[in-house]
Order: sequence, then structure tokens, then C-alpha cells
Amino acid sequence: MSLFSPLLRRVTQFKMCRRKIQHYSMTCTVFRHRWMKGLPVFSSSFRTISTQTDKETIDLSKFPVDKIRNFCIIAHIDHGKSTLADRLLEMTGAIAKTEKNKQVLDKLQVERERGITVKAQTASLFYNHQGQQYLLNLIDTPGHVDFSYEVSRSISACQGVLLIVDANQGIQAQTVANFYLAFEAQLTVIPVINKIDLKNADPERVEAQIEKVFDIPREDCIRISAKLGTNVETVLQAVVNRIPPPVANSHDPFKALVFDSNFDHYRGVVANIAVFGGRVRKGDKIMSAHLGKTYEVNELGLLRPDEHPTQKLFAGQVGYIIAGMKDVKEAQIGDTICHQEKPVEPLPGFKPAKAMVFAGMYPMDQSEYPALRSAIERLTLNDSSVTVQRDSSLALGAGWRLGFLGLLHMEVFNQRLEQEYNASVIVTAPTVPYKAVLSSAKLIKEHGSEEITIVNPAQFPDRSVVSEYLEPMVLGTIFAPDTYTGKIMTLCLNRRAIQKNMVYVDDQRVMMKYLFPLNEIVVDFYDLLKSLSSGYASFDYENAGYQAADLIKMDILLNGQPVEELTTIVHRDRAYTTGKAMCERLKDSIPRQMFEIAVQAAIGSKVIARETIKAYRKNVLAKCYGGDITRKMKLLKRQAEGKKKMRRVGSVEVPKDAFISVLKRKDK
Amino acid sequence: MKINPVTRMIKRTFLAAGRALSPGLRFFSLGEITEDVSERAASPCLTKQASLYVHWPYCLRRCTYCNFNKYIPRENNYHILTDCLQRETETLLQLSQVSSITSVFFGGGTPSLAHPSTITAILETVSRQVNLSDKAEVSLEVNPTPVGMSKLEDYCRAGVNRFSVGVQSLQDDDLKILGRDHSSHQALQTIEEARRLCPGRVSVDVMFGRPKQSVESWENELSELLKVCDDHVSLYQLTLERGTQLFKQVEQGEVTVPVDDVTAEMYRCARRTLHQNGFLQYEVSNFARNNAVSHHNMSYWRGRQYIGVGPGAHGRFVPLGEGGVVREARTQTLEPDMWIREVQQRGHGTRRRIPLSHHELLEEVLVMGMRMAEGINHKHWEMFSPDLGLHEVFGTSTDVQELLQSGKLILDDRSLRCSWDGLALLDSILPALMVELETQILQRPQRDHSADGQTQKTSNSQ
Repeated sequence: MSLFSPLLRRVTQFKMCRRKIQHYSMTCTVFRHRWMKGLPVFSSSFRTISTQTDKETIDLSKFPVDKIRNFCIIAHIDHGKSTLADRLLEMTGAIAKTEKNKQVLDKLQVERERGITVKAQTASLFYNHQGQQYLLNLIDTPGHVDFSYEVSRSISACQGVLLIVDANQGIQAQTVANFYLAFEAQLTVIPVINKIDLKNADPERVEAQIEKVFDIPREDCIRISAKLGTNVETVLQAVVNRIPPPVANSHDPFKALVFDSNFDHYRGVVANIAVFGGRVRKGDKIMSAHLGKTYEVNELGLLRPDEHPTQKLFAGQVGYIIAGMKDVKEAQIGDTICHQEKPVEPLPGFKPAKAMVFAGMYPMDQSEYPALRSAIERLTLNDSSVTVQRDSSLALGAGWRLGFLGLLHMEVFNQRLEQEYNASVIVTAPTVPYKAVLSSAKLIKEHGSEEITIVNPAQFPDRSVVSEYLEPMVLGTIFAPDTYTGKIMTLCLNRRAIQKNMVYVDDQRVMMKYLFPLNEIVVDFYDLLKSLSSGYASFDYENAGYQAADLIKMDILLNGQPVEELTTIVHRDRAYTTGKAMCERLKDSIPRQMFEIAVQAAIGSKVIARETIKAYRKNVLAKCYGGDITRKMKLLKRQAEGKKKMRRVGSVEVPKDAFISVLKRKDK
Repeated sequence: MKINPVTRMIKRTFLAAGRALSPGLRFFSLGEITEDVSERAASPCLTKQASLYVHWPYCLRRCTYCNFNKYIPRENNYHILTDCLQRETETLLQLSQVSSITSVFFGGGTPSLAHPSTITAILETVSRQVNLSDKAEVSLEVNPTPVGMSKLEDYCRAGVNRFSVGVQSLQDDDLKILGRDHSSHQALQTIEEARRLCPGRVSVDVMFGRPKQSVESWENELSELLKVCDDHVSLYQLTLERGTQLFKQVEQGEVTVPVDDVTAEMYRCARRTLHQNGFLQYEVSNFARNNAVSHHNMSYWRGRQYIGVGPGAHGRFVPLGEGGVVREARTQTLEPDMWIREVQQRGHGTRRRIPLSHHELLEEVLVMGMRMAEGINHKHWEMFSPDLGLHEVFGTSTDVQELLQSGKLILDDRSLRCSWDGLALLDSILPALMVELETQILQRPQRDHSADGQTQKTSNSQ
């Protein structure tokens, strides 16, 4: 699995979501905060910047709204977002300056291992500018398109963004995607050209690209080296000078949005909140709009990025709150909290992101079901973009069908399950949600609508009752050096893509836009694109609605018997390739038996691909030396036990891992 | 016959002592074993006799494919080993209370390294205690080296009346790869000498599926062998055992062994060729003409008792001598020095005893019996399972029906057995039979019980 497999952008939906929030207030400061406990707190002044470190001395009332700036950093992957965040944290004294500060905000194991950011993190920074003390709330955003939902939430909490572009690589697909998210949210965009210390850095060229693609004057760009700290001070000044303060009033009734929560064994639920209006202090009686329950605030404070208790939090500020909530469900992300005696109109919260890639997840062993269930529940509480639906499969037992924003999202989720919850899971091959427009009045009545979504191939309605099938489409953006254009066009054509646009962003780099069926890019498209372009191409995509498609249901047969769990929905043009590949994988994973086994892919009664598993000719081993039959007996008993666990399809015995290897995504 | 006259008095001198063996050895004290389950009740003939396997643990060198229990001797302690083998034979014979030993097999290791007097001594020990007929088969595995060959005559004088010659291959290059210490020429000479001494009672062991072997070269080798061999051939497929030099070489890609389809063809070829030359396949890997079957091995396959003596030897018998009523799977201590110490201290080196439940016993009877071409006849099965006949166990299963219909298995008035094709697929057939056996036994009212699966280590009990 590549680190950067393509992910789904839900641009349109975000826009909706954003606009709603905007409508209420631009100050909705939405941050995410996790871990960071135990990091050293910087305890002396740094350069000329005065540092607020003494916990008792922070008086947040000294930070009225006009002394607050909320901003985030967006960038294509590896363009230096997290390194810049590290520098900003050091320079404002949030953390000590050491060599070890690498990706300080990336605390998940998966983030460190992959060099990516998955969860947006919050750090409140104190910055002294021209004699004035400012509170800067930095949100480190995920870089990958898969997490643009998080990016979007971060953006909706900000008034400005730092758009980082690598001085060597120039604009990449995600740079474009992230720029438009910020642009459409009417945020101030500060272009920052990073890595100017590199030998091949070409900041002029990148400035020209920014001017051409984003229509931002090249003079607005700040050239920095986050690694060496060069010009980072200028960035902080630009944050104060160019980004407007949030709009919020501390005289309004208290109103805050829960944007993240986690559970602490000793203190209960720690909820991260953004204060939209009024103020909250220790001992206040607060109420959750969602559940109507009341709590007393035991502790509150700032995230710097570790928890830093204070007495109060004021409008426009961001922090954490502990109020005796016993269950994370009591602090649902998107919930509004207010004072018990002054109920307010709830904030719109966040609409759940719409899943675009579905995959089955099953415990390795059914006895692990309860443990996996609680692990999935806990993870999805912090990642509301994952949809969960119970599912069961003859081959894999009870499990879930989970919906993800994209493949990396799925991969990361799976990895977190394994690493953070020690759960081993079987993940089936990803599928996309198809739709069918029903033609039968009876069925329409039954389903309550003319159009139905098909997530499970078993529910695929027959052609005869359907006027058309629809498949999800995405608009993909590819950036690549023009030498690869030919190869990329061939790849896209093979994936049923239609070219929409092709632009030279400078004399060497091309931006291409293609309309893809989502199904064609969910598995291995990005890996192929990367390998045929020697890693130079970048790819991003956004949702582009549904389109009519010639979809068919394909069955996999073993000696003529259909294997229910392998039924697949495919486009007619791709049926043969898909069927052939599935037959080959199944052939390799079913052991030989005493008779020949035909492995076939069929559409209706028509067989389109076939593999044959030859019959065993001999399966008996010779000698039982010196009467030692213990080993032989053990082996046979194990086989007899295994036999009981086999899934029988007709007379063919199929080990469960055979299905797994067909259903599982290919290891790369 | 060259069996030297030995006293064949049945001595029960150790009986009393045996009964007095520590109560710690009794492991069914809690059990309510109904008398009809014990082999004694089911079929008295089962517990009255046994065959005897004697393990000689030493080899001069390690074969590259062998993971069997063998040791390169550090010093000449053969006489101590001989004493201990005798001593353990006495103890176990007494414990089993058998009245006769039906056959003796000296295996190894390289038993042809043993001095012929060792063989004499052990056979005398047996004869002192129980009945050992003049006609009883006494086999010895021979490594076809000049030294081994030179002793054959003395072995015969000692009482051996059947030789099993470990030819393995007639290709000198292959013998080198296998790490054998003989040449094909020496093998031929040894066969000749063995046949001179025991005409009609010489077996040759050959191995197929060897590195670089082709079906054609195997066919040629077989016809060479048929020119010189006697009336018994054992065919073994080379199996790669973890921990052997050959396993490593194959894993590292230095050596390749034929793939499954090729070894299947080799097996098929050998069966056909041997058949054409008058050899009847009476078991998966054994072929005989002129009725020269190995009685010792047949008794294993027929589920009879056997007593294993020597380091790492395995046995299956009812320890009647201490009041036992169920058959035990017994293993002797593996490491020769340890085993010697234990035998010297307490008369035996039994390391592990697992009482077999009724179900487990039937499983073994099934697995062993189905290896024979004749399969398991109704009388044979009834001896072990008086209440549940073959038809009752296997007659209704759909799996078994499929096997019957596809012609791989036969169940008729005579027996349950594999067809010619089925025998080559036995390891695929057995799991199905075992599942059915378990199902049927579980459906019946429980008849065996307490001793199920209990393992007892005796090393600490005395």
C-alpha cells in the first residue's frame, strides 16, 4: 500500500457544511487536540519574544478577540507543513528548541511512521508583536486528500491559511485542492515557499506558478526554510498582520462547540471546545444541547499543545474542558455546550462526511468480535467520517461494513486499530456505493424511493426492474512533468476516464483533469500513476456526482456453484479483467483436492473466465518410522479439525483464508 | 534356521515386583473404566502378545535428510547400551504381561553398528521372559557398508532372520547428496550377501523424490534394483524435515527437489513397475512377492500391541503389570545418555505415557489399518470396536458416500479399504473418515472416559 493512495474529497459537501457554519459565525474555532502530554514546557524567554509559561500567570481575559488569530497550515504532502509547525511552536516558546522536534504535532504512531498528519492538532501560541501580546491558534492539518474533511473542519475554524509549497517540487495536486478549499471559504491565503535551502530550489519558478494558477501576486509569497528557521519570523508577522481576527463577542451568552474528545481513565472525558461566545469558568454549570445533560466544569484550559489549566476561557478562544462526563458519547463531536441557565441555539455542528469507499472488516477470529467492536467504537468516536454498519459474511463471520473517505483513510484506520487497540482485522477489497434507478412501481414502493444505493453486491437489483444503474464519479487532477503525459493518458484511458482539461502550468509541468469512475481509482490507480511517473506525478480528486453506467453482477463459481461472498458489481467493460484476476487469486489459495475444481467467473449463465485447480494425484506419505505415529496422528487430526472449519461450496472445501486473499486488498 | 538355542522359559519373576511399582504410576485411580472398554475384555488376544521394537540410537554420520533420533557416539559405550537395552526389555515385557513376542525389529540409527552379541543378548532376554517362537520374524536394518556387510553372518547366528537393507539410491552422486556413507556398488554386494544368508527375507529400502531426480532416472533405477532385489521392497518418498541440512539447502535454493506432480508420477510408476514384476503392494510403501510381507510392520498396521525399547522408542500397549486396562502411547527418553541413566536407576527410560481413549485408539486403528491394501476387515474392526461396526460408523456419511461413489474408497462385506487410486490419496481420505468417526462416537452414549487424553510423565514418579 502506498503511503499516498488516493483519497476522496468531498468538496461540495464541505462547502455546504462550511457555509452553514459561516452563516452562524466566522469565529467557530474548530480544533483538534490529542496527546502531547509530557512534552517539556518551555520555561524561559526566547529571543525577543516574550513567553508566557507560568501556568498561574496566563490571564486569558487579556486576549480580546482582536488579539486572537486562528490559522492553519495546508500543503501537499511532504512540503514541510509539520516542520514549519515545529518551528512556530519553538519560536513562541510552546516547546523547547531541540534537535528532536520533528513532527511534534504528529503523535500517532501511524503519522510518525508514514510522515503524514492524520488528525488536525491544535496549539495555542503566545506571540509578542510590536509590544502587543497575541494568542495565535495554530491548527496543523492533515496533508492528504483523504483527510480533506479534517482540512475542511480546520479551515472552517480559521480566518487564514498558510499555503506551503515546496520550492523544488512546485505546485502539486493537493496544493490546488487545498487552495480551493481555503479560497472558497474566503480565507486569507498566505503563500509560503518552503525548502529554499535545497540545492535545486527554484522559488522564482514556484512564485510564477502560484501567480498563474492561484492568481496571487508573487510579491505576497514568503520564502522560508522551515528546517533552518530562515524567515519563519516573517511568517508569524504575516499571520498577525494579514489574517483578520475572529468575530465573537464575550458579552454574549456562553456557547461552545465540541470539536474533539478523548477519554482519560482518571479524569473522565476531556472535551476540546471552541468558544463561540461568552465565557466559561471553573465551577460553571454547563449543559449539552444534544443530550440535555448538565455537568459542572472541574477543569479547563489551553492546549499548548499539552493541556494547560486556566481559570476561564473567553469568546474566540480554544481549549479543553473536563466536566465529569463518564462516556465519550456524552461529548459528541459537533455538540454545542452552554450555560445551564442560558440555553442557546445549537451550532450546526458537523455533518458526517459521506463515505465513498466501503470495505468489510472482520475479526481474525470470531472470539475477538467484542474486542474489535469496542475498538471500532472508540476509534470512530474520534473520527466521525467513518460510517459503521453491521455486516456478516458466510466466509468471514460477523463483522462490519465500514465507509471511509478514501483508501488512505481506510488504511490508516486499520493501522490504528492494530497499533492502538491491538486488534487484528481482515479487510476486504474496497467497493464504492453504486446506485440503481428502479423502474418497478412495486419496488419503488418497497424501498420508499426510486433511487437506491447499493453497498452490498448481494442487494444488486436485477436489470429487469431497473431503468438504469449509476456509479460515483470523481474529477481527478494530475500534476506531472510533461515527459510523462503520454503514459498518464494511456493509464487514464484504461481506467475509463474522460479528459476534461490539460494546462501547462509552466514550461515543463502539466495539469490534467480527468473524470473518473471512482471504482477505477480506489484500488491501485495512485500506485500505478506514481510508478509510471517515477514518483513525480501527484494526484487528487473530488467528488463529481453519479453517472449512468453499464453495471453487471458477476458471480464466482466453484464447480458450477456460486460463491456468495465473492459476488461483485463490475462495469461490463471491466468484467473480464476483474473476473480473471479473481479466479487466479482463488486458484492460488484453494488447496488441491481429490477432484478437479473449475474456478469460474460468470455473468448470469455466461462464463467469462476460468481457472482450473488440478486434482491431487498423490497425497500420502510413506514411512511410519519405528512405530512413531504420534506426529502423523497429530497432523491428520489437525486436518480433520481443519476440515470441519472449511466452507463447503458444493463438494469443494474452501479454507477461509482463500476468501480472505481474494477479498483482501492486494499487498503491495 | 540359525537362531541359537535359547531358553524359552516364561519367567514371571518380576511380576510381584511389578505389582509393587509405586502407586504414583497409576493414573486412572479416579476413573470408572467399565470393563468392556478395556482391550482385555474386547479381545484378549490383543493384550497377550506384542511385537518388539529395539532402537539403536547411534550413527557414524548424519544423513542430510534425516531428523530421526540418532546420535554420533562420543565414546564406545556400546556394552553399557546393550546392558540397558536388555534391562529395559525386561522391565517393559514384565509391565506389559504379554506371553509372547510375535516379532522383533532392530531399527535405528544404525543398528548394524551394534555388535552381534548385543542382538544375542536382547533376544535371550526376550526368550527368558516370554515366548519367542523360532519362526518369529527378527529383522535388522542394515547400512550397506563393507563393515555392515561383514557382520551379516554373525547377526544371523545371533538370531536375525530378515534384513532390511538401506539402499536408498543406486546413484552414487545422489548418495553423496543424501550424506550416506555407502556406494551403490557396496549396496549391491550387501544385498547379495543378505540374500545368501536369508533367502526370500531381504528387503530393500529405496527413496524417491530426491534432489534432481527425474521420472525417467527413477524408472531406470527401479529396473536396476529389480534385477538384484529379493522379495520385498519398501518405497519411501524423501520428506524434507525441518532442521536437516537438506531442508536448509532447499530453502536457500541450493538444491531443488521434484514438485508434487513429479513425485506423484514417480509413485505411480513404481507401483506399476513393481506390480508388473510380481510384487503386490500390501501397504502404502511396501511391496512383496512370494508372500514375503514384513510381519512386524503388519502388526503395527493391524493395530496390535508393540513394545518400544531404547532411546526415543515408541510403544503401544496395556501396562497390565501395574493393573492398567487401557492402551498407552509410550515414548522412551530420547537422549541416549539420559536414557541410560534412567534405565540404570529405575529399569526403564519411559518418558511419556498417554493413555489412549477409546476414540483415540479407534483413530489409530483407522489410520494404520487404512494404509494396508486389504484395509480394515469387519473382524479386525470389531476387535477394537465391538459395539460400533464399520457400516454403522461410515455407512451414512455423505463425505464417505462421495468417496465411495468416486471409486476411491470401498466399503463392502469384506472390509473398508482404499481402491488402487484411493490408496495414493489416503491422506486426503483419512481426515474425512476421522471426522465421521468422531461424529459417530460423540453421538453414542459415552463408553470411555476417564483416561481421555491424560498425560502422565513417569520420569518424576519414581
